[in-house]
Amino acid sequence: MSKRVALEASHACSEAVRMADTDVIAAYPITPQTHVPERLAEMVADGELDAEYVPVESEHSAMSACCGASAVGARAFTTTAGVGLELMHEVLYVASSMRYPIVMVICNRALSAPLSVWCDHSDVMSVRDTGWIQVFCQNNQEAFDMTLWAFRVGEDAKVLFPVMVHFDGFTLSHVTEAMFLPEQEEVDRFLPKKRQYQFALDPDKPMTHGAFGPPDMYTESKISQEVAFRKSKELIVQGWKEFGEIFGRYYYPVEPYKAEGAKTLLLMMGSLSETAQLVVDRKREKGESVGLISLRLWRPFPFEELRQAVKDAETIVVFDRCISFGGPGGPVFSEVRSALYGIERMPKVVGFVGGLGGRDVPMKDIEYAFDRGREVAEKGSEEIFETVGVRGKVEGIREPKGVYLPAK
Amino acid sequence: MATRARKTKTAVKKLRTASEVTWRDMEVGSILTDAGNASLRRTGDWRSERPILDKEKCNKCGLCWLYCPDAAVDACEDGYYEINLYSCKGCGICAEICPKEAITMIEEEEE
Amino acid sequence: MAQEYIKFGKNLVSTKEILAEGHNFCIGCGEALAMRLACKAIGENMIIAMATGCDEVCTTPLPVTSWRVPWLHTLFENVGAEISGVEVGLKALMRKGKIPERDIKCIGMAGDGATSDIGVQALSGAIERGHNFLYICWDNEAYMNTGIQRSSSTPYGASTTTAPAGKVSIGQKTRKKNMVEICVAHDIPYAATACPSYPFDLMNKVKKGAEVKGPAYVHILCPCCTGWRYPSKITIQMGRLAVETGIFPLYEVENGRYRLNVDRPTLKPVEEYLKPQGRYRHLTDKDIQEIQEMVNEDYAKLKARIACFSAA
Repeated sequence: MSKRVALEASHACSEAVRMADTDVIAAYPITPQTHVPERLAEMVADGELDAEYVPVESEHSAMSACCGASAVGARAFTTTAGVGLELMHEVLYVASSMRYPIVMVICNRALSAPLSVWCDHSDVMSVRDTGWIQVFCQNNQEAFDMTLWAFRVGEDAKVLFPVMVHFDGFTLSHVTEAMFLPEQEEVDRFLPKKRQYQFALDPDKPMTHGAFGPPDMYTESKISQEVAFRKSKELIVQGWKEFGEIFGRYYYPVEPYKAEGAKTLLLMMGSLSETAQLVVDRKREKGESVGLISLRLWRPFPFEELRQAVKDAETIVVFDRCISFGGPGGPVFSEVRSALYGIERMPKVVGFVGGLGGRDVPMKDIEYAFDRGREVAEKGSEEIFETVGVRGKVEGIREPKGVYLPAK
Repeated sequence: MATRARKTKTAVKKLRTASEVTWRDMEVGSILTDAGNASLRRTGDWRSERPILDKEKCNKCGLCWLYCPDAAVDACEDGYYEINLYSCKGCGICAEICPKEAITMIEEEEE
Repeated sequence: MAQEYIKFGKNLVSTKEILAEGHNFCIGCGEALAMRLACKAIGENMIIAMATGCDEVCTTPLPVTSWRVPWLHTLFENVGAEISGVEVGLKALMRKGKIPERDIKCIGMAGDGATSDIGVQALSGAIERGHNFLYICWDNEAYMNTGIQRSSSTPYGASTTTAPAGKVSIGQKTRKKNMVEICVAHDIPYAATACPSYPFDLMNKVKKGAEVKGPAYVHILCPCCTGWRYPSKITIQMGRLAVETGIFPLYEVENGRYRLNVDRPTLKPVEEYLKPQGRYRHLTDKDIQEIQEMVNEDYAKLKARIACFSAA
């Protein structure tokens, strides 16, 4: 019987780490993630969680220690945010290439400079290509569920990839919400206590992890990784189905909200989706044909599910919480547009950027994105993307007509 | 007769070179499970000088075996030592270190 | 206090080659020899975490590996953190009964660049946290694998490609970073220097370090014929001269107590060590005198420390 509790997302994912019988936690504190390692350290100190808690001296060492622990077959967990994720950047590629199923929770935080401890997605977007399975959470229940699921799917012998669970820093990490905690017995049915890993470093079966790749071997190594990564999508979806069967909550790579038949769709990731749902409700009451798509699975990118979700729409408005300097629009905007390229009846894709560095995105800004998005889709624009909620007129984010939207 | 296993012609054939390995052959994470398979590589090809051991002068002290960076000196059952020419790179450390000057370096001949 | 030495003699050295031949080390490589001997001292019951460098590149070019023990390599600066992860991973799995309890030695191995420059942070963290591991530093006194660039372990006056001797420079302008003292400052249970030219001393120390409970550090001078520019056959002699001139004293520190392992009534002049090496060929007699004075000073400091914190 599930227990109804009130927890911050940080404490929720810590509960998941505890219930998953994690063996090694190597984490470095950084705002706004601090409540995660603090809660875990408390659990270990009180004997609630039997794990080795390693207070490493940097995020780079946190991920390195997790690689070492994962290599010997231990279940390893770490957590970070913002610039902490940047500091461990090179190790992320290594964790994926060496196929260590480490689970990492990211409390999304803006990157410096200027220093910002508040929420945006610039940390997420900088690690797109690292080869980690990445999912977004909209609320604290999902923070718990995705963390628990992450151990299960990453450790699957046919997957063996590390998993990042993203949720918004402060907005979720420091906000208490009502949610359900399952019974330990249910968790044990979903996730075995001992990790099954046939390549564990063991003197009885000596193996070499991390040989170097000369030019005549590197390509084969990378292709082998990429093929396995794409194939893992099937098992990701399968894992969510099994999760739903045990815990009663079902998750999907792309989650439409009142999107059936809607002409204009807003696409978002993270906690802003819940605000957007209210905006969609309000607009639909007024008779507007609008809907919302929440992108849950970020990597591997859910091409089929996205195309299926937008098949009836005329316009997709993508709301990014990150700028890609000098690039073809916000990161999610450019990926969505690319994912829909060449399909029959490709909808117009319009990009907005907002909510940077913890800037609040109230309902009226989301309403603006819908309305202005429709306008841009009809009339075109010289701007690649528009920034919502910025003080002062913005000029100069331009490209010649025909690059952004087809020339009329 | 050497106490350590020698590389036979069959063993040499088993070594797959990089050009034969396809992406499907790569183990998960490019992990290597065949421990020590580098021993099949013929680093003896590197030599420009080869050591010759004179058993008459040898006192079986074993220093040549101890000091070889390439583990290219084999201990024989009779207590003497033998240079493993498959792996020996011809560095000359054994010749320098031998207290009885029983090892001399001669130029490697063209085969 | 009687010292418990684990004695190594020729017939007590394992004939098992943990480091398989066929590796890519240069001919006459001091590091290859040091590695071979160190592995014999530790035995097969270990897991190695190694940094990028000559050690890693020469032993594991895909698709072959020289390693007959479990071996891990990720990056350049993180051996301290990696071996911490291996150690706690094993600890947790054994305590929770997920794997059988055994005594598996956790060994971190890295070159001087990976240790005293980019890897100092991770090493410091690992020692401070008190993990049970042995860290071996292969000191060939430069970033040899990438082409002889200077490190903080390069000695004063040596010419490297990024601190070359030139018309207005002597080469390395700074003195060698003392990693053993840095470790001792962390109250490390065991730290020592070693050299493959003294193989039994090296094996003794590596074995001691592997068996000590808690962190241990062994700093091994590895003569490098390619980077130091001397004929490959005199690698062992180079190591001996480094010790006999006092440039690289062999000593160990157990719980803050010092012991000098090899001492001479008079040290050989440093010139005997410097002359055969191409990296020092630009030195004038005045430079050599300057280096001699530095070595005398450092050796005297060490003797003072030994007298003050003697292990006897």
